[in-house]
Amino acid sequence: MTKSTTKKTEGFEDSLKRLEKIVETLEQGNTPLDEVMKMYEEGVHLSKQCLDHLSRAELTLKRLSKDIKGNFTLFDEKLEE
Amino acid sequence: MKVNQSVLTVSELTRRVKSTLEVNFSDVSVQGEISNFKRHSSGHLYFTLKDENAQISAVMWRGRAMNLFFTPQDGMKVIARGKLTVYEIRGVYQIDVAQIQPLGIGELQLAFERLKQKLSEEGLFDAEYKLPLPAYPERIGIVTSPTGAAIQDIINIISRRFPAVELILYPVRVQGVGSASEIASAIRDFNTYGKIDVMIVGRGGGSLEDLWAFNEEIVARAIFDSKIPIISAVGHEVDYTIADFVADMRAPTPSAAAEMAVPDQSEVVEILRNFYYTSEQIVGEKLTFEKQQINALLQSYSFHRPHDLIHQHSQRLDELQHTLGRSVRQHFTIIQQRIDSFQKRLLSVNPKVILERGYAIVSRDGKIISRAGELHKNESIEMTFHDGDVPAIVQ
Repeated sequence: MTKSTTKKTEGFEDSLKRLEKIVETLEQGNTPLDEVMKMYEEGVHLSKQCLDHLSRAELTLKRLSKDIKGNFTLFDEKLEE
Repeated sequence: MKVNQSVLTVSELTRRVKSTLEVNFSDVSVQGEISNFKRHSSGHLYFTLKDENAQISAVMWRGRAMNLFFTPQDGMKVIARGKLTVYEIRGVYQIDVAQIQPLGIGELQLAFERLKQKLSEEGLFDAEYKLPLPAYPERIGIVTSPTGAAIQDIINIISRRFPAVELILYPVRVQGVGSASEIASAIRDFNTYGKIDVMIVGRGGGSLEDLWAFNEEIVARAIFDSKIPIISAVGHEVDYTIADFVADMRAPTPSAAAEMAVPDQSEVVEILRNFYYTSEQIVGEKLTFEKQQINALLQSYSFHRPHDLIHQHSQRLDELQHTLGRSVRQHFTIIQQRIDSFQKRLLSVNPKVILERGYAIVSRDGKIISRAGELHKNESIEMTFHDGDVPAIVQ
């Protein structure tokens, strides 16, 4: 029996949206310098997070099973290479 | 009326009729059209078999009905095999059906058209009910056979395109007896479970009979009721099933469904790369501009005090570029290598599959070229098609 893994990908889409927003704001060019610096820093962090996620995550395969009481359990499945 | 003729009671007569019929018609096959079809809540099927001039009541008990690979419908021409039984209390006879076969493949096609028409009229195929697919799913539910080609195709495509996901398989039978209800239950169970972002429901290619489960009303209704977006992926490109019409998205094959379910990680990396370098450039330019402004100011007013704020920001940018920035750039390199190796591996495993779809591999000195920017004018390259290599020169 395996517990469901924690959400590693949480907010991947949100991160990308936020990055897009940051670049848009930066491109407008009327943001004060310290705001620009803050956004830039945030952007670098977000990029790193997203890339981290992409480069570390391996595809996993699980099997969902329902018992007679209607409880769900996830089992690990082997991935053939 | 003569009294010497022996007089039977109703019960006696009925019993004789019963034994005559039941002995002489203990195993008959009869061809006819189904009408008044009813599935009782107990699971027994009741219907009438008829032709132009006659009709006979029919019953198929639950245990046997469970062995049908299709659901009979009114209007369907079938061959039913079974035995005659007489129900004494009401003085009626019927055929107790053990097996039903569609009279021909045409009957299944007609059944398909009838159900399609019915569900279409009910609005099950309407665009307004289609759910959008998530752009970046984290967990993907798959309803298919654990041993079929479909699951392998899906795993292969997703491990190449976007391995940062979890696939959750709900194993079901995808053809034959009981498969439709297993598929429908799996879809409903995934909805109860809830922790998936999108679902792929399907199987690899097969005959019309093999794919029939995906033409059953219970599967169509389960797909329609799903709160999780569903990509249908049944058979080959030419196969259309009822499931395809109800699903939020129809994929021509399981592989294509996998491609629809996840983004291409190279594209995502490209987006990130763009964000990163664009913002770096903008910030760099902004700082240079501010420095120039300050310098101009300093010169014109003969200031000598260094401008702290700009100085600090410059330093911070340097830091960011050298520490964080370097790590981000490393990541880009690592992930690009990973994507390249995935692609190489895939091509080495079976390049024909991809090439046959109309793609070609461009290489230079045996090294695969994946970006237009890597090529220069007048360079000699080699193009590999599924049926051979062609030398070429970049114009």
